[in-house]
Amino acid sequence: MITVILGLYIIAFALFIYGLMGLTGPRTAVRGNLIAAAGMGLAVLATLLIPGVGNWALIVLGVVLGTVVGVPAAKQVKMTAMPQMVALFNGVGGGAVALIAWVEFNSTAGFAGEPTYVMVSSLFGAIVGSVSFWGSLVAFGKLQGVVPSRPISLGQPQQVVNALVLIGAVACAVTIGLGGSAELLIIGTLLFAAALGLLVVLPIGGADMPVVISLLNALTGLSAAAAGLALNNTAMIVAGMIVGASGSILTNLMAKAMNRSIPAIVAGGFGGGGVAVGSSELGDKTVRETNAADAAVQMAYGNEVIVVPGYGMAVAQAQHTVRDMAKLLEDKGVEVKYAIHPVAGRMPGHMNVLLAEADVPYEQLKEMDEINDEFARADVALVIGANDVTNPAARNDPNSPIHGMPILNVDRSKSVIVLKRSMSPGFAGIENELYYSPNTAMLFGDAKSSVESVIEELKAL
Amino acid sequence: MLLANLAILVLAGFVGFAVISKVPNTLHTPLMSGTNAIHGIVLLGGILVLGVDQDLSAFDKFLLVVAIAFGTINVVGGFLVTDRMLGMFKGKQPAKAGREGEKGTAQR
Repeated sequence: MITVILGLYIIAFALFIYGLMGLTGPRTAVRGNLIAAAGMGLAVLATLLIPGVGNWALIVLGVVLGTVVGVPAAKQVKMTAMPQMVALFNGVGGGAVALIAWVEFNSTAGFAGEPTYVMVSSLFGAIVGSVSFWGSLVAFGKLQGVVPSRPISLGQPQQVVNALVLIGAVACAVTIGLGGSAELLIIGTLLFAAALGLLVVLPIGGADMPVVISLLNALTGLSAAAAGLALNNTAMIVAGMIVGASGSILTNLMAKAMNRSIPAIVAGGFGGGGVAVGSSELGDKTVRETNAADAAVQMAYGNEVIVVPGYGMAVAQAQHTVRDMAKLLEDKGVEVKYAIHPVAGRMPGHMNVLLAEADVPYEQLKEMDEINDEFARADVALVIGANDVTNPAARNDPNSPIHGMPILNVDRSKSVIVLKRSMSPGFAGIENELYYSPNTAMLFGDAKSSVESVIEELKAL
Repeated sequence: MLLANLAILVLAGFVGFAVISKVPNTLHTPLMSGTNAIHGIVLLGGILVLGVDQDLSAFDKFLLVVAIAFGTINVVGGFLVTDRMLGMFKGKQPAKAGREGEKGTAQR
């Protein structure tokens, strides 16, 4: 029987790896995901075949509960809320590892008589799982707007406090290692780790959240691998470690796309001092406001319009309206393209997903490197709810917190129209000097209704 | 047993590194979501402990049911969300009739 189970596990690994490889290419991605899911199904099935597995009622109860919660959540979440959903799913995975470690502790009376490696990997899983759970909850809260997305930090003492909390968690774990068996010790370990998760993620600004979620994702993978070591389960070791490793690489790729380093992100305080400097410098500059009619005329009589979508478009669910506007412009002989910054929205690829949903032709979606030289030729750059990714300060101002981040060269086009709700700064909390530039005009209001009124004006032309 | 498991751990790590070499930016989010679903494998841990361990208190059982529920949410939610995200990319090809239903849910 064990041979059969191991055989099934091995097939499951092959499916995981093959599936993940598929996920890295656009044409094979959908199939890759299904293949990985099939691997997961197989791994669960094989585990249920392990001789001596009982408590069926409770196992089924847990699976049913999870399905009842997970399926509707995944089916109904809006595309705009996808990032925080991923954070949440990641968090519960970490939470599961922490809970399993807690039970392991209880059922073995503090790992009495267990080999050292079981104890060490269980406790590692407890700490990392708990960090991941609570950190992901904060990430979810920030993206959902439940927790303010600006950095919330203790200032200078932050690093010291973080270190102390980490020491607290490790100290509890070490006490367990030295033979402590009071349940308070494992609860202490989990609570210190929870505090660490909160303290590490709270000071990180919303703009860095995708990278943080990816990092927590890798951590959850590692904790799953550790739990696998403790339980002597090959499937958990392999799947957890693959996620741990590929997740780290992915985190690195994402950080690179934003020109941020992972240590700098984790150290927190994105958008600290630079914000105040930025806003006081820009305090006396004026903003030019425009209206829908003017925007419509400018675009209709241009040759090329580049649409720069951002989170504002996602929030307003304006992608379909934008598509309709683009159609009208095309009918008038205007060339319309979309400039997609790699981290526009809340996650890499966020804009592509939304615009594809609205049936925008794929050829019109241009990546940053592809389109950046074209802005100089464009008559109008229409910025729809994008902010930080268009901020010239990233190029010009060495003191800006986002200095060095690759941006879209929106400011180089002949005319810029910015659709924005208000003058409030973007996700990173930084003033955007683009709005004060002489060739920029602002069209205030909800992105969707603004675009709708532009459509009305276009029809009237 | 430990050594064999450690060897598997290290090799799996290298596989994980090797699988992700070049990913287009647009696929970062679905890939993250897909790997996220895979670490839902912790579900197996919950099943193993709850299924095999003999002396569990009622509280332990409660914790494990929650852990299994968490793991299941991670797995089914993760794969479903990834599938929905990737479904959006299919728009490149001529729209298929089968996609209409999915678009309906997405807009809700």
